[in-house]
Amino acid sequence: MASIGRFIRLAIGVCALLLFVAAAPVPSAAQQVDPAASAVKEQQLLQELNRIQGRVSIPDQRSGVLEQPQGREWREFHNVTLRWVGGIAILGMLALLVIFYLRRGMVRLQSGRSGRTIVRFTAFERFVHWMTATCFIVLAITGLNITFGRPLLLPLIGPEAFSEWSQWAKYAHNYLSFPFTIGVVLIFLMWIAGNIPNKVDIGWLKRGGGIVGHDHPPAYRFNAGQKAIYWIVVIGGGLVAATGYQLMFPFYLSGIEGMQLAQIVHSIVAVLFVAVMLAHIYIGTIGMEGAFEAMGTGTVDVNWAKEHHSLWLEEQSARTGANDAGRKAAVTAAE
Amino acid sequence: MARMKFLCDADRCIECNACVTACKNEHEVPWGINRRRVVTINDGKPGERSISMACMHCTDAPCAAVCPVNCFYTTADGVVLHSKDLCIGCGYCFYACPFGAPQYPKVGNFGSRGKMDKCTFCAGGPEADGSKEEYEKYGANRLAEGKLPLCAEMCSTKSLLAGDGEVIAQIYKERVMKRGYGSGAWGWKTAYRETIES
Repeated sequence: MASIGRFIRLAIGVCALLLFVAAAPVPSAAQQVDPAASAVKEQQLLQELNRIQGRVSIPDQRSGVLEQPQGREWREFHNVTLRWVGGIAILGMLALLVIFYLRRGMVRLQSGRSGRTIVRFTAFERFVHWMTATCFIVLAITGLNITFGRPLLLPLIGPEAFSEWSQWAKYAHNYLSFPFTIGVVLIFLMWIAGNIPNKVDIGWLKRGGGIVGHDHPPAYRFNAGQKAIYWIVVIGGGLVAATGYQLMFPFYLSGIEGMQLAQIVHSIVAVLFVAVMLAHIYIGTIGMEGAFEAMGTGTVDVNWAKEHHSLWLEEQSARTGANDAGRKAAVTAAE
Repeated sequence: MARMKFLCDADRCIECNACVTACKNEHEVPWGINRRRVVTINDGKPGERSISMACMHCTDAPCAAVCPVNCFYTTADGVVLHSKDLCIGCGYCFYACPFGAPQYPKVGNFGSRGKMDKCTFCAGGPEADGSKEEYEKYGANRLAEGKLPLCAEMCSTKSLLAGDGEVIAQIYKERVMKRGYGSGAWGWKTAYRETIES
């Protein structure tokens, strides 16, 4: 029995030796094989997809994106393009308004004040307007601070003060976005009826409205210029709100490219929005006599309504009775 | 002065994640934040490679360029650091970073961003070297103690190299020459605008 055991052991030993001899050439063959031949190549991946993504074993799966050099384009946009676009839009609009004011001055009421007034905006409408407007001004200043603060304000007040201010500006920008968005939605709903473009607008635009032209083309409650402002507020406000929330809640809606794109849309729409609103503020204050009180006290002089919104005044008069309109309004007027 | 760089030799990385763990432990990085991570590309397929990635301390760093409050600075060693006192947590550096390095603790409402945290090349921050404040905000300052980043120092396969860019490039070149292959210095082109020719 022992000899059989020895024989088996010998046989296994011989087999093992044969296997070893047979296997021996394999490592030398492997040396000629390039283990990196099929390896992923960085430049190839970048050229194909412009980003490199893989698997990570940490809980944060978003960190699986290894490399995405397109941040460079975004940097170029943020540091160069946006500053030019924003600077030209805002300073250009300011310059335009100054030149316009110097040449045209305040557009006066041609027939003077009648002393009788008519309600133009209810208390609720004015509340919504001013809530949105206040938020907009804070959002605009704090937003511009992010883009222009570093080159303009930081050297003046120093890094510590600038960071402190910017920190609060960021909070204000984030939190006031909520009442602003509510305001935009309310504006959309409460004034949509008067802001559908119609035939009257074409005539109004052809005659340059009341501010560029020198006469008073007829208009309903909102003229073509105001309708334009309305749609800019609704669409522009909607865009800045949607893209802003995308940036406020990172990764809820998109990855990093989506956020870069959102920031581009957000900032470009925002600087154009600011430029348009400067013009809106101009016409509503020093640009036109009798315009501010519409949003101030809520009532306007009947002569103002006759000049700027003749068709609206007719509508209102028809509704309340021709003679009544003026008298009823006069009760609230001229204190 | 040396120009400090990271280099991950993907042909050596075995995805053990020890660099990730060492970093978290050394700097007591808060929960949910990873200054370093290991990404495996083509996982389970032929040619799979793992790369350990953190802030690459770029030349002409995009984060520093876009920061609205200018809180970044580059040290004499070429390490890109930032001041958490100045950071406002806006997220812009994260949009600009090619490597996804900036991390934000969720401190505010709605998971809004707190002050940014990222790899410091174990070089702390603007506070006094080795001070308690520095440690609390940025973690250990090993560079000030004459040590190199811990992730690379304890890498078991010596895949991750950290140190003088020229020295680690030389080490990598020698490796590639000796073994006859190399899948390149990942991220170098993007971060430093140069590659290691081998």
